[in-house]
Amino acid sequence: MIRIRVTDAAIDVAAELGALERAGGGAVASFTGLVRDDNGVEELFLEHYPVATEKALSDLAAEAIQRWSLAAATVIHRVGAMTPGERIVFVGTAAAHRAAALEACAFLIDRLKTDAPFWKRETRGQDARWVGERDSDRDAADRWKR
Amino acid sequence: MAAIDLLYFAWVRESIGIGHERATPPAEIADVAGLIDWLAARGGGYAEALGDKTRLRAAVDQLFVPLDASIAGAREIALFPPVTGG
Repeated sequence: MIRIRVTDAAIDVAAELGALERAGGGAVASFTGLVRDDNGVEELFLEHYPVATEKALSDLAAEAIQRWSLAAATVIHRVGAMTPGERIVFVGTAAAHRAAALEACAFLIDRLKTDAPFWKRETRGQDARWVGERDSDRDAADRWKR
Repeated sequence: MAAIDLLYFAWVRESIGIGHERATPPAEIADVAGLIDWLAARGGGYAEALGDKTRLRAAVDQLFVPLDASIAGAREIALFPPVTGG
């Protein structure tokens, strides 16, 4: 079962975990990313490439389900304007056992960062700037290549 | 060559000033890099956004591609910076 959502609404983690727990596995793992207050960020704006984003996330979820024999995978990403502390991304997996659930969860968030067309813009006072690519994100995604 | 939908995102969109347009590149333009050079030659915000190809990524018909990818038959080409989601 794959659940993908790109939304400007708040992410309900409890509801998403509940759905994963009903998927029939013995293990559920999840990752929640929050907007950081990096050096006084007041607003984080998320832009995306509609349709291409959903396709990229669906492809990643399908790969994770096949590679780790998951019962379910959920990827939810916020777009639009957010403030520090808000949930920006949720990744959840359900599998028979913990190793598959945990590994697949790490795979999904690592690869999402390099494969899905989202862009972040940080605003501090009057200064708005687009976030640049990070080599550490590239390295984290590369470790899942095989 | 038929008209192509061009999409721009993030600072590429902001520099050019629009997120979408339709354009018909000359037939001799074969790949994404050639398309970028052709657009950058318009000057102004196009030159600013598209002058340095090392800062750009692309998708042809919603598939991520290297800049030497062919644009033959493409219906939609997106130009954007490296992605920063998650």
